[in-house]
Amino acid sequence: MHLPDGFLDARTTVASATAAAAGVAIALRQVRTTLEPHRLPMLGLAAAFVFAAQMLNFPVAGGTSGHLVGGVLTAILLGPSAAVLVMTCVLIVQCFMFADGGVLALGANVFNMGVVNVCAGYAVFALLRSFTRMEQRRSMVFAAAFAAWFGTVLGSILCAGELALSGTAPWPLAFPAMANVHMVIGIGEGLATGLIMLVVMRNRPELLDAREHGARASLSFIGYGLLTCAGLAVFVAPFACGWPDGLEKVSQLLGFERQGANAVTAPFADYCLPWIGSTTAATAIAGLIGTLLAFAAAYLLARVLVPALRAPRKDAASGN
Amino acid sequence: MQLPATERRTGASVSRTPPSIKLGTALALVLFICLLPRRLTATYGIVAGILLFLWPLCRMPFLFALRRLLVMEFFIAGVALLSLLTPSATPVVLAALAKSNLCVFTMLLLIWTTPFHDILGQLRKLRMPTVMLTTLALMYRFLPVLLEESRRMQRARASRTFSRRRRLAWDNLAAILGQLFIRSAERAERIYLAMCARGWK
Repeated sequence: MHLPDGFLDARTTVASATAAAAGVAIALRQVRTTLEPHRLPMLGLAAAFVFAAQMLNFPVAGGTSGHLVGGVLTAILLGPSAAVLVMTCVLIVQCFMFADGGVLALGANVFNMGVVNVCAGYAVFALLRSFTRMEQRRSMVFAAAFAAWFGTVLGSILCAGELALSGTAPWPLAFPAMANVHMVIGIGEGLATGLIMLVVMRNRPELLDAREHGARASLSFIGYGLLTCAGLAVFVAPFACGWPDGLEKVSQLLGFERQGANAVTAPFADYCLPWIGSTTAATAIAGLIGTLLAFAAAYLLARVLVPALRAPRKDAASGN
Repeated sequence: MQLPATERRTGASVSRTPPSIKLGTALALVLFICLLPRRLTATYGIVAGILLFLWPLCRMPFLFALRRLLVMEFFIAGVALLSLLTPSATPVVLAALAKSNLCVFTMLLLIWTTPFHDILGQLRKLRMPTVMLTTLALMYRFLPVLLEESRRMQRARASRTFSRRRRLAWDNLAAILGQLFIRSAERAERIYLAMCARGWK
């Protein structure tokens, strides 16, 4: 999902960078006021951990392999605001040490993978935790696995919206492709997140007690929620339901609209895949089914994994 | 994936120019490339010429560039494939392909000649918030440590496991990553104590 430079046009770059900056500003404010000083090095170490985790490949069917992205995992382990900062730092290092993801596209990447993925995933996790009446560890694994899947898919949909808004890839193609691929990738992410949560809960459950909480946290939740909704409204809504393009008006007002962008997006407006009637509707239905399937899969995972916990298993107990 | 080594770059003359100039030039080039019109024009050739002129000056090895470009090419090719299905978009896609490749190449030249701590210094001058700077600096410092630690754990695990079943591989990797997180949390506590002992704050 790392967008390279050159795929986004000026207005999308500016809009996504503004959204990312707002998200990081909320996170910074929250971390400054609530993070205890002795937890500060943990941010850096968690960022290094996420990066190291991304380099270990999980085997997937047919000799291919995938790796963890880790946004939702970090949010569950450290709290959402810390996770936003951690993921932002990971993306900055990936950009300036490995040329992975563009410099100008850094705003879009931070918004997709650092803000929306983390915050929406954490919100789903918190909701599921409060609504399920299961044994504590089981509900943790279930909520973590589903939240990780959800965050991945939502991030990819935003990515598709940004590409479509820039006129690089037409929405009827970009949306199903990105969403479907990431609905599959998200299974791996959810599975890995659930398994890792289980290992941490089994060995050091007290690490999970030190997360942020309190009245100020809910204030930042409102901020993240508004930001996520704004992102969806700007990048996805114009394609999904034919709303007027709000960003177009804003960019006309501000005068930085580029001439090419309009001419490029127009031919795609009524574009439909020949072999499926209406792709957006088809994908929406497929997405609904996929969501239900992922929900059931996460529940099954928790059912299967957590009873095994009662009988102590030696093989997964320690690293060395 | 290997971390870019720092010691190999000391010879190049470009490596000794101030990081602010390198960073500024690279960002200006990337901005210029991104603002080019969305159809292939002669300007793309001129930019490519500039980059090819800079390449020997930076003494970036061919294999390093190729390997890093190929990693990015997956995403680029995916998007290109999507757009090639719509005939009207071909010039846009070709331009986007050229743009993203040129931008990645520019960033590779920057990365090869500029160690990350120089970029950190520039970010500090640009008044990046302290929390972010500390996180970035600690991350840069402990990235090799944690990578080495995860490899050690993987090796230890591999030498004790005699099965290559997929289920086991997932269990093992999750155990290693969970353990790695626990160890990084413990290390963070020790780092805090060490920072305090050296008069932090």
